[in-house]
Amino acid sequence: MAQLTLPAKTPKKTRGKADQANLAYVYLIPAFAVMAVITFYPLIYQIIVSFTNFETKHLLKGLTSPDLQFIGLKNYIDILTGGLPVQNFEFFRVLAFNLWWAVTNVLVHVPAGVLIAVLLNTQDLWFKRIYRAIYILPVIVPPLVVATVWRNIFDEQYGAMNQFLTSVTALFGAVDPVRIRWLAEYNPPIPFLLPGVPLPLAYYAMMIANFWLGWPFMTVVATGALQSIPKDLYEAAAIDGATGPQQFWNITVPMLRPAMVPAAIYGFTLSFNLFSFVYFLTGGGPARSTEILVTFAYDLVRNLRLFGAAAAFAVIVFFVAIVIFLITNRLTRATESYSEA
Amino acid sequence: MSATTSSNPLTRLLNANTSSEKGGRRLTLGRQLILQVLCLIIAAEVLFPIMYIVTLAFSSQTSRPSSLQLIPTELSLVAFQQVLDRPTANPVSFLELLRNSFFLSFGVGFAALLVAVTAAYAFSRFKFKGRAFLMVLVFVPLLMPAVGLSTPLYLLMNSIRLFDETGKLIFNLRDSLLGVGIAITAGALPFAVWNLKGYLDTIPKELEEAAMIDGASFNQVFVRIVLPLAAPQLAVTFFLGFMGHWQEFALSWLFLTKPEDYTLSMTLYNMTGQYAQNIPWNRFSAMAIIVALPVSIIYLALQKQIVGGLTAGGVKE
Repeated sequence: MAQLTLPAKTPKKTRGKADQANLAYVYLIPAFAVMAVITFYPLIYQIIVSFTNFETKHLLKGLTSPDLQFIGLKNYIDILTGGLPVQNFEFFRVLAFNLWWAVTNVLVHVPAGVLIAVLLNTQDLWFKRIYRAIYILPVIVPPLVVATVWRNIFDEQYGAMNQFLTSVTALFGAVDPVRIRWLAEYNPPIPFLLPGVPLPLAYYAMMIANFWLGWPFMTVVATGALQSIPKDLYEAAAIDGATGPQQFWNITVPMLRPAMVPAAIYGFTLSFNLFSFVYFLTGGGPARSTEILVTFAYDLVRNLRLFGAAAAFAVIVFFVAIVIFLITNRLTRATESYSEA
Repeated sequence: MSATTSSNPLTRLLNANTSSEKGGRRLTLGRQLILQVLCLIIAAEVLFPIMYIVTLAFSSQTSRPSSLQLIPTELSLVAFQQVLDRPTANPVSFLELLRNSFFLSFGVGFAALLVAVTAAYAFSRFKFKGRAFLMVLVFVPLLMPAVGLSTPLYLLMNSIRLFDETGKLIFNLRDSLLGVGIAITAGALPFAVWNLKGYLDTIPKELEEAAMIDGASFNQVFVRIVLPLAAPQLAVTFFLGFMGHWQEFALSWLFLTKPEDYTLSMTLYNMTGQYAQNIPWNRFSAMAIIVALPVSIIYLALQKQIVGGLTAGGVKE
């Protein structure tokens, strides 16, 4: 870092710091010129539109439409109080579901990923390489394709999941084929799980599909961290008479924490905004009960065409994203100092 | 252990200590068998959807499966042939869909890179007034989810229209691949700047300083030294973008209405969504495999650089 002052020391260079600064601005021009037009201007435009009642009929003339009204904070208030002309939409229910969705995913993926990494790390385990090659497959397949495949797997009549359950129940003498309405059944199977927010079967279907997609990444990270734990620690613990579970909780878990916390936060952010996956698998249904913020934001533009409300909603989503970033950033920093301690 | 100090978690996962460490207890046969059963169950879980879709894709049956089949009983390429021949009910060929997907993924990846590289260099190497502020300005859009800018981009591009002399609409930027490409670039550009800056920071400055002592100008240093050194990361950033935009769905599904502009992702969605009733599942499965292949192949080929590149500057996607 100290070398940054070096250009000033070079004898041949007579150009000063001002020249260097000017050149920096020249280098920045292309990116900022493009971003000004396609990123920053739309951001400002978004805020303006969020204060209007922009709808499909205003598309032709835009902000100059004679009947376009500036309605102040009405869009924001409507979103937060459920005043939008949209059925089954309550902002705080969607937000709660979204947070619950992201948190439960991480809570399932991280322990599973760690346990499987530990399993694969067992010495003298046969066929280790083959298992490792297989377990990496979900990381390689594009999530978009994963979601479409799982959507067909959860098909009520012909889906692989019901067929699988049919052949399992047949082992116990059942005759009727299983016909679980995975993506359509609204009534929550476990009503008390998240008070006030229904968790329909589709939520569990999403969890199953995203579990398939999510844990292998955690295994990749955990395996990397496991390799760096000195073997002596386990040897010393074994000599002192520590059992396998004791070694796991007192050596493996604390040593994995610095690697797993950032991975968990990455997984949280990813799940929180997992647009195509949710949109392809459930489309937010049934009755918007599996809607997350980004899919609802999309529905406002794409299908409901309430552009003003959509803009306001995107601004709110943006603030939610900033709050989440500030919290997760703090968590990462906290664990950084933990790992150094 | 020294052989497995690769910085890439994926290679480490695949090559991790397979035998002969010191210490610990040896596995008894009983424990070994229990662990083998566990491993096989996990392998079955991973392979379940993959084998399901492969079996369907290589089946010549157009009807939906009446019972669970996870092992191909035939190796028919009929479904692949039909998908390549006529992917949807729309009069659009597979090659057109492929061309559109490539146009978006390559075009956006290339444009973002071209525009981002000088800015990334400036952020990485120069000290100047307002640097921190400008960097925050680049970082803020990264916090926005991808669909967060869709409303204003839709409205702004929708207002750019060309009419012929009779007043007939001949071009609407919103309803064109170019428009979608620009919209995707709006999100891809900050990511490219941030990602490249993260990498340039790791390149030692000694070479550049030596060149400057020899009298090279900043521009010469940038073109002759920095760009060649950064070439691998430029490629990784490009392919990261490519893999992301290959799957891009939200903006193209929002903007595009003409079937000849459709991409492979949009077609795949059409094969699962509400219009999917008449589409044989063997064709859907073949399509899913075709869409997945380019990304999977690139990932396998470049996994080392990709994992490294993601951790160097990755914020989202």
